[in-house]
Amino acid sequence: MGWIHDVLAAKGVFAALIRAVLWAVPILLLLIPAIWFERRLLAWMQDRRGPNRVGPFGLLQPIADITKLLFKEEVIPDGVDRFTYVLAPVLALMPPIILGAGIPFGAYGVYKLLTPVSDLSVGVLYVLGISSIGVYGLVLAGYSGNNKYSLMGGLRASAQLISYELAMGMSLACIVLATGSLNFTSIVRSQEQPLWGISSLSWLQNWNVFTPFGFLAAIVFVVCMFAETNRPPFDLPEAENELIAGYHTEYSSAKFVSFLMGEYFAMLVYGTVFATVFLGGYNLLPFNWDTVEAHVPALGGLCHFMAWISNNLAPLWLIGKVAATLFAYIWVRATLPRLRYDQLMNLGWRTLLPLAVADLVLVAIWVLAVSTYGAGWGMVIAVVLMLVGLVVYVNIVSVGRRKSDPLASRSVTMVSIAPERVVIPEPAEVQPSGAG
Amino acid sequence: MNGVPMAAYLLLGLVLFTIGVVGVVIRRSPIVIFMCIELMLNAVNLTTLAFARYLPQFVAGRERGHTAVAGEMIVIFIMAVAAAEVAVGLGIIMAIFRLRDSTDIDQMNVLRG
Amino acid sequence: MVAILSVLSALGVVFFKNAVRSALSLVATFALLSVLYLTLDAQLLAWTQLVVYAGAIMVLFLFVIMVLNLSKQPALIERRDPKLMLATLLGFGFAGIIGVQVVTPLLPPSEIVKDPVLAPNGFGQPQAIGMALFTDYGYPFEAISVLLLVGIVGSILLAKRRLR
Repeated sequence: MGWIHDVLAAKGVFAALIRAVLWAVPILLLLIPAIWFERRLLAWMQDRRGPNRVGPFGLLQPIADITKLLFKEEVIPDGVDRFTYVLAPVLALMPPIILGAGIPFGAYGVYKLLTPVSDLSVGVLYVLGISSIGVYGLVLAGYSGNNKYSLMGGLRASAQLISYELAMGMSLACIVLATGSLNFTSIVRSQEQPLWGISSLSWLQNWNVFTPFGFLAAIVFVVCMFAETNRPPFDLPEAENELIAGYHTEYSSAKFVSFLMGEYFAMLVYGTVFATVFLGGYNLLPFNWDTVEAHVPALGGLCHFMAWISNNLAPLWLIGKVAATLFAYIWVRATLPRLRYDQLMNLGWRTLLPLAVADLVLVAIWVLAVSTYGAGWGMVIAVVLMLVGLVVYVNIVSVGRRKSDPLASRSVTMVSIAPERVVIPEPAEVQPSGAG
Repeated sequence: MNGVPMAAYLLLGLVLFTIGVVGVVIRRSPIVIFMCIELMLNAVNLTTLAFARYLPQFVAGRERGHTAVAGEMIVIFIMAVAAAEVAVGLGIIMAIFRLRDSTDIDQMNVLRG
Repeated sequence: MVAILSVLSALGVVFFKNAVRSALSLVATFALLSVLYLTLDAQLLAWTQLVVYAGAIMVLFLFVIMVLNLSKQPALIERRDPKLMLATLLGFGFAGIIGVQVVTPLLPPSEIVKDPVLAPNGFGQPQAIGMALFTDYGYPFEAISVLLLVGIVGSILLAKRRLR
């Protein structure tokens, strides 16, 4: 009668609890290195030293930080909407933690208990659903603060997250269409197939970033991922030079920490989703080692070794990929300035969403072509179509944009773009006066 | 769930629907009224899904799958319609609010803006 | 249990004076309903429910509520009226009539009580729904897509009016 009955069955409750703990505890523990990683890396990129006093290499700095924040005095301002004020941090913290429940950590034979925590047949939808709950944390925080700045932050958060969730859903839909399943386990398994479905390339794995449409979807997904986690350059809801601290202006102590932690959890978990959907999940390198061995027998020992560690240390590789995504997060943060609000909306609605939809059409044509002409020609057709689309886009769409007034292309106007023309008064004519 | 009678789902659907109706009648804020309409739609969804889950056992042969899927289709279409309706309806509410600075439903008795 | 909670939160929708709170309790109702869908073995619909209602529709509602509150209007404050109590009672009485008429025949002696041990093959699974959606239900599907398009155009038009 389906997974929920298995979970609720008397025998299964204990196993389910263990699974949940096995998923939640590593995520909680990963928080500490994640914060440290961000601070040190950011410092390195900005030519600073970063935290290096507490513990070896400053590794214990996050613990010290969080402890300090937790022991600060908790101030609940007058005039807040008490119920939503307390509810908001909970809603900001919980969804990222439970978001990754459908993600497999290793091959089923080796990591039976963890692959995955619960094998949802609609895993991708689950991710989208839970991440949409995450919006409420920010929106309610913004609303309950009884503060104009936090309200603005909440409004921005809701608009931003809704906009980018669409594009994110579309980019995931591309992969779902290509894979033919909403289940994360089978998405990973399909990425272990020969590259592009061509059997002579069977020594390479079919990671979704290596396919043309998957690459496009991956770009869209990464941008949406940054936006969904409110990371720079998409941190408009908490833009400190406009909104003080945005939606969490009125929060202090433990509640503030839970927003902070929620953001990092979201980074980690979206990174996990990205690694699972696009980067081949828990596989170490995009090679099918047994096929490599068949092709090049001289490398047999290496292949055995690699296959073994790829299989048995699978969670490590997944975490490694997550760390790589984390690196991308920080790199982008160190590099790009914050977007303006109209740029944000234009990027989401006029660039990413059409791109993702075009990609979906491309995938559909690819699937059709593969079933008609076979894998090789299908890929050729897909690539040709993609190039044609690119040429069309560059030559028609962007030329049309460039001709127009750059200011006219803004659709959302939050503030008037050009400053009011300052009328410099003509130097007043010197009134002739008798005195001279 | 084993042993849960279909009547339970139907009853819940009925209660939710009634709450929605009552809400539409007694509340003044159009937004809340809108939310109550959503509640009614959801109650209908629940009922339909309960039928889709329970009834196919009485249908023989190939028609069984069709009976089950029909209920789910209805739910999907209701969801899509609700989404479209909310987009337009909230747009209208915003427009009215911009026009007259009030969202009291009793004052919205003029069709011309 | 879930049912009782969802009834309570649905009552909250109607009787909270604060629009944000009633929106929140509606979100809770939707979440609980999606749990009920799970118990009905409709996984796909349960998560779709969460994405569509909790994720999109209710956030829009909250957005609008917050925008309207921005201008510090007492717009969302309600007036109470004894007539309304009567309306409430009538509403529930009506529900009672329907309940007696429709639900009572389905209570335990009836055949339909029994839970089918096996859900129909592929019930609630994405494959079955997808197949049905694009074969038997192709026309309604297209109609819905047109409807959504009209909805998009309409709401954009309503939003644009401000610019004039």
